[in-house]
Amino acid sequence: MSAINREQVGHLAELARIEMSDEELARVAGELDLIVESVASVSQAAGDDVPATSHPLPLHNVFREDVVGETLTQEEALSNAPDSQDGKFRVPAILDGE
Amino acid sequence: MSQDVLSFEEALERFDPVLGFEVHVELNTKTKMFDAAPNTFGDEPNTNVTPVSLGLPGVLPVVNGKAVESAIKLGLALNCSIAQKCHFARKNYFYPDTPKNFQTSQFDEPIAFDGHLDLELEDGTEFRVEIERAHMEEDAGKLTHMGGDAGRIQNAQYSLVDYNRAGVPLIEIVTKPIVGAGERAPELARAYVAAIREIVKNLGISDARMERGNVRCDANVSLMPKGATQFGTRSETKNVNSLRAVERTVRYEIQRHAAVLAAGVKVTQETRFWHEDTRSTTAGRPKSDADDYRYFPEPDLVPVVTTADWIEELRASLPEPPAERRKRLKADWGYTDEEFRDVVNAGVLDEIEQTIAAGASAAVARKWWMGEIARLAKQREVEIADLPVTPAHVVELNGLIDGGKINDKLAKKVLGFVVEGEGTPAEIVESRGLAVVSDDGALTAAVDDAMAQMPDVVEKIKGGKVQAVGALIGPVMKATRGQADAGRVRQIILGKLGVQG
Repeated sequence: MSAINREQVGHLAELARIEMSDEELARVAGELDLIVESVASVSQAAGDDVPATSHPLPLHNVFREDVVGETLTQEEALSNAPDSQDGKFRVPAILDGE
Repeated sequence: MSQDVLSFEEALERFDPVLGFEVHVELNTKTKMFDAAPNTFGDEPNTNVTPVSLGLPGVLPVVNGKAVESAIKLGLALNCSIAQKCHFARKNYFYPDTPKNFQTSQFDEPIAFDGHLDLELEDGTEFRVEIERAHMEEDAGKLTHMGGDAGRIQNAQYSLVDYNRAGVPLIEIVTKPIVGAGERAPELARAYVAAIREIVKNLGISDARMERGNVRCDANVSLMPKGATQFGTRSETKNVNSLRAVERTVRYEIQRHAAVLAAGVKVTQETRFWHEDTRSTTAGRPKSDADDYRYFPEPDLVPVVTTADWIEELRASLPEPPAERRKRLKADWGYTDEEFRDVVNAGVLDEIEQTIAAGASAAVARKWWMGEIARLAKQREVEIADLPVTPAHVVELNGLIDGGKINDKLAKKVLGFVVEGEGTPAEIVESRGLAVVSDDGALTAAVDDAMAQMPDVVEKIKGGKVQAVGALIGPVMKATRGQADAGRVRQIILGKLGVQG
């Protein structure tokens, strides 16, 4: 049984706000399935004594002092905004007829 | 769906409420959680931002060490265990207030877990709330909805976003389900949020101003039939941002759920919003796919590891818990339950404690802070603590009274001038010439006048009715504009008439 099916990809695409055609869904489902299967082979190599690892670096507690640093100006902050008003980012209506 | 509500009494006759709270606390660190932008309220929009705050491509977050310490302190104050190792996670969702399209939070490894908080309700009933977890995360930006009704999101044509708040350090405190509160549920809800606010303020980790959103509460309510053990379906009400609103929300939701269940309908699991104007809640979106947050470990941040030494160092730095401090002070000061509650409600615990520490008795401290000073605050419509009167002023004032320099009546006048910023009580007595008149020459003249005007009173006193002397002291006080030393006036009168006091 495949790990990733077409419905799951459709669901993910919706969550990720990616518009995908039926053909793309089918193709990507196959590709993702192969990737997930390949990654799953890692768990065959790792025994029960190997804890799940999210960070391969032997680092922890990398902290910053609580000191204010440089900030952007309002103009800089808004310079990539498609639209702005009153010093703020302007975005389309959030609820569309919900 | 029915919009009706049952009466609170009927709801409680038929159902047991189960509560749960998620309280978000904004920390008062100088900078944000993951970048060095200032954490300041009320500045020009989009000026307290860095590329990290805006979620620009290629940026890297760095954890604010002070915020981690604050989280550990709060965990300890809530009697939690502190994780030896925990990490941050990405909570993925799309919303314009979250520029990265994910919130950096914690998921399966919160920094603090399994705690409890003992609350005392107003009548002294104690209630323990179990804490499930407290985890670190970041705040979102602030949205302003334009073109709709009264700034609401419904029917808005567009929205404006200010990212000054995006990335401000938050700690989210989650309770375990709270059962057995019964009719005390609304009161308990208020007491819980009040206690959290007080604790974070006492720890100095948050400004704890609810009107600024420093402490925000989501209230979960469900009902189950009396005697049942299986929880009902819950609603989660957001936007509950004052203590009064917390209490009202819980009461309203209990009544609403009861009406739905009584009609034989299932409660919908959904997010609701509290509206202070109508004192009711309305449905937001139902829980759905949108809550599929696809958490995964934040690859850009390494784990937080705590050591026993570090935790004990922080534990040793914690101030006395507010509830314990209150118990201690009440016993030390010997106030009645009612007197002490009034002092707490007036917010002058610190002032009275400092006044006593500076040498005044507990009774004197209470007399002035809860008396004339409270009156002056009320008159000016400010909090007592916001008046420029200090504990040192009160001690000085009391010293002037004890030393016979002024009387209570003059002391009240002096306080008025202290509030006006004219200086310390001693300076004001000096500059305004408010000291009592105990100069016998001036007083004797006034006494002679009074005796001449009231020969009948003089006869009464001569006849042994010593208490009638008060009738003569009045006119003398009037003649000296209240500045006569009443005790000395009495001595002079009795001396003149040859009567023993």
